[in-house]
Amino acid sequence: MTVADEAIAAPRPRPRRSLRAERLLDVVIRSIVPVLLALLAGAVLLAALGRDPVTFYKNIWIGGVQGSAWQDSAIRMSPFLLIAAGLTLIFRANIWNLGYNGQFLLGAALVSGLGPHLVTDVPLWLAFVVLFLVAGAAGALWTLVPAVLKARYGTNEIITTLMMSFIGIDIASILIKGPFHDPTTPLPQTAVIPLDKMLPSIPATRIHIGLLVAFAAVLVVHWLLTRTSWGLRLQVMGANPRAARHFGIDLPRLIVVSFLASGFLVGLAACADIMGLWGYIRTGWNPAYGDTIIPFVFLARLNALAVVPFVAFFSVLSTGGDLAAQQANLPTDFLLVLVGLILIFMTVIEFLGRQRDLGASYVPAGLRTAFRLRRPRP
Amino acid sequence: MILASQVWTQVFWTSAIAGGLLAGLPLMFTALGESISERAGVLNIGLEGMMLMGAYCGFLGAYYGNNQWYGYLAGIGAGMVSSLFMVVLCVWLGLDQIVVGIAITLAGEGITSVLYQTRFSGSEPRLGNVPSAAIPLLDRIPVLGKTINGQTPLFSQPIVVYLGLAFAFLLTWIFRRTNVGLNLRAAGEKPEALDAAGVSVVATRSYAVLATGALSGLGGAYLAIAGTGGFQPFLTQGQGYMAIVIAMLARGRPLAVVAFSLLFGIALSLSDLLQIAGINLSPEVVNILPFAAIIVALMAFARRAYLPPALALPYVRGAR
Repeated sequence: MTVADEAIAAPRPRPRRSLRAERLLDVVIRSIVPVLLALLAGAVLLAALGRDPVTFYKNIWIGGVQGSAWQDSAIRMSPFLLIAAGLTLIFRANIWNLGYNGQFLLGAALVSGLGPHLVTDVPLWLAFVVLFLVAGAAGALWTLVPAVLKARYGTNEIITTLMMSFIGIDIASILIKGPFHDPTTPLPQTAVIPLDKMLPSIPATRIHIGLLVAFAAVLVVHWLLTRTSWGLRLQVMGANPRAARHFGIDLPRLIVVSFLASGFLVGLAACADIMGLWGYIRTGWNPAYGDTIIPFVFLARLNALAVVPFVAFFSVLSTGGDLAAQQANLPTDFLLVLVGLILIFMTVIEFLGRQRDLGASYVPAGLRTAFRLRRPRP
Repeated sequence: MILASQVWTQVFWTSAIAGGLLAGLPLMFTALGESISERAGVLNIGLEGMMLMGAYCGFLGAYYGNNQWYGYLAGIGAGMVSSLFMVVLCVWLGLDQIVVGIAITLAGEGITSVLYQTRFSGSEPRLGNVPSAAIPLLDRIPVLGKTINGQTPLFSQPIVVYLGLAFAFLLTWIFRRTNVGLNLRAAGEKPEALDAAGVSVVATRSYAVLATGALSGLGGAYLAIAGTGGFQPFLTQGQGYMAIVIAMLARGRPLAVVAFSLLFGIALSLSDLLQIAGINLSPEVVNILPFAAIIVALMAFARRAYLPPALALPYVRGAR
């Protein structure tokens, strides 16, 4: 037997069957560890502020999950999910639509301004459809200027969307004080939509059907991104615009369309929130949902389906967080700190994971040479 | 027309410039900082958070130290500490600058709001007036040198204002005439070239980001100490983002930053101005004006806005 024969006769190394499971585990670790670390760091912060972290987190559980509180969390989930879907779509294209607050509030102002008349004038189902479309259109319209500027001149969309957002928030406020103002009250708010004219609940729960709309939107976005050529083109553009142009993709058009779609979804979120939960809008109300949703969109690695558990987690955190913050005599802005911490830990874990995958050192090469005072001797 | 005659008075113009200076200075400091880091190739979206940290710590320093200078120092320190996150995560480790920037903004907003409300809710203390220094001779110019409606007269400003304006000139000189300036620009234009020349890109960018943090912290502290005379949650209201726009429009030229900041400062202080002119506009419309001005400016000058090619890209030696 020659050496070659021996090599052939030797049992082949078994393929690692658990590769897929391993990768899944890896993804789970990379997604959940940052959240845990952030909660831990938040606990340290709470202790530093003289609050009991255990009570704080227990109150989150009580206020967000226990008893029927999970339904409150689920109600909050519908605008969150719709915004998350819109952001996932546009971030996949590597475009930063950070103007979601203005898009959301404009949609919300239009819905609560037109809603009270519409629900009494036309059949209720038609009113819902029209209101969803109006809110979506408002959100989409508000992305148009940044979209066109980006598509034509390559203007940085972070800046333009933020500026349009500030303008949108003020216009929403003008609308509420002016044409949509409820004349029966001196308060700057719109007329309240009667409870029986709001979005109906899913049977046996208090959760309005906006949640179903949100799930549908998530599925559609996931389908668009993973199963259509449009989604593929979007991702090619996001990964490498130059390559996309060589493929013959019409970049300006794609930029504008993806912007509009993202704004539309954010507008839908506004309609679901107003028609399902609030029933009216007052000036100065700016929940800024998108600010806190962004980290979870990243944690889900811009995967529309994976966003769902994260958004569910955040809904619990935010619903229960209101109670917990109130009990601990803290402003709810504390949740912003938690979200910021999640983002920071996420990027760090991501870095560590990448370096491990590459088998590279955890200390980047540039750093080792960076702060050396003397030049290396030749 | 009553309107026209009232708008074009000298009173109007002096208070426009004085108000613009007061409201524009935080923007100027922050935008100068941003132009340093943009030149070096780091897009700092976390300015809003850094400004808020600077504003809160500046307020603390001025309140407990009983002296505006402690406040400014505290603001600078706080800004630098918050920019350290950016240095470590973005410059050293090469993580996504936009994600980290958003994180810094969110955490800055949250933490300053929580700290302020846990410590000062109920009392909401105010700071005393900031002493101002008059420029000899100039302060005796009629009309321009006078106090109008209790505003600080034009040629009698807090010393920080003069220091800030002088710093803009210094920065122009640094950018144009010194090796440091050349290194900064190379770090943003072509980091490989800087590296090949034997200068560390990572170190250059680190110092640039630290300088940005210091300046935006100072801007925030100025806003709290001289601008509003106290702190409140979400004090900056998007000024950090406005500063980014100013830096982009000015294309990294410090004197252009000063000019744009003054313009936006005037726009920000417009509601007072219009009252002087006797025009009643709803506050929302007034709030929109600076942002609308930016959008219009971007639409008009979109083709001229210039960003360094290596902006927002981490530098990895040998990577293609």
